[in-house]
Amino acid sequence: MSERGSSGALDETALLARLRAGDEGAYETLVRGFGGRLLATARRMLGNEEDARDAVQEALLSAFRGLDRFEGEARLSTWLHRIVLNAALMRLRQRRRRPEVALEDLLPRFLEDGHAADPAQEWKLPLDALARRETQELVRRSIERLPDAYRNVLLLRDVEELDTDETARLLGLSESAVKTRLHRARQALRTLLDPQLRGQP
Amino acid sequence: MSRLTCRELIEFLRDYLDGELPPEERERFEHHLRLCPACVRYLHTYQETVRLGREAFREPEGAVPEEVPEELVRAVLDSRRRGG
Repeated sequence: MSERGSSGALDETALLARLRAGDEGAYETLVRGFGGRLLATARRMLGNEEDARDAVQEALLSAFRGLDRFEGEARLSTWLHRIVLNAALMRLRQRRRRPEVALEDLLPRFLEDGHAADPAQEWKLPLDALARRETQELVRRSIERLPDAYRNVLLLRDVEELDTDETARLLGLSESAVKTRLHRARQALRTLLDPQLRGQP
Repeated sequence: MSRLTCRELIEFLRDYLDGELPPEERERFEHHLRLCPACVRYLHTYQETVRLGREAFREPEGAVPEEVPEELVRAVLDSRRRGG
């Protein structure tokens, strides 16, 4: 029996039925069908291959144990994505903290009268594919430089595309704290990108 | 209507972009933008930052979806069989 429809996507309902019936082969189908995307997510969060693989393994085992709790209100892929994010966040919390830039140093500065101390300039973004890849790399490195508390919110909201409510639940924060941190994280990222993107190419 | 400063404008920027500013605040915000080219440029580069963040990890169009490393598949399935 195949779980792949004509689009090549997994038929989640059929797969779920087999998993719940205890079909051994269904577990392998799930790992092969979803593992690649889950690993990509864990790499984005953890930036380290070994940790990323461990997080995916933990997440999948925890998903297998918790299949009864999956109620079908979300897609199976969405549910697994949340579980791997949670496993990655737990790993980040256990990790030795890296030296961080103070966020305040990355926020815009103002004069006493409330005007910007360094008025913004437009960016000139490259159009050719190679330079765009370089910009992507610059953005990834800059996100890595953000303090964890801000980096994680930015990754969950802007990269993993979770909504405010889900982000708040995963991080154990209030929704208003998520909104404030997201705004500061974006401002800080903008500050880090600004010297490179002003006046390019 | 009291004037918004650049500092306040930047503070309210996310709320503005998410459509969460009450109408009167929104009017003050847009009034400031009409008079302040530097804040317009800040708004543009902030929006670019959000877009670049979204795209930072995106694979190029047509990229083959990543396979799961075989060791990882084996590790997960073995661990499950052992009751992990």
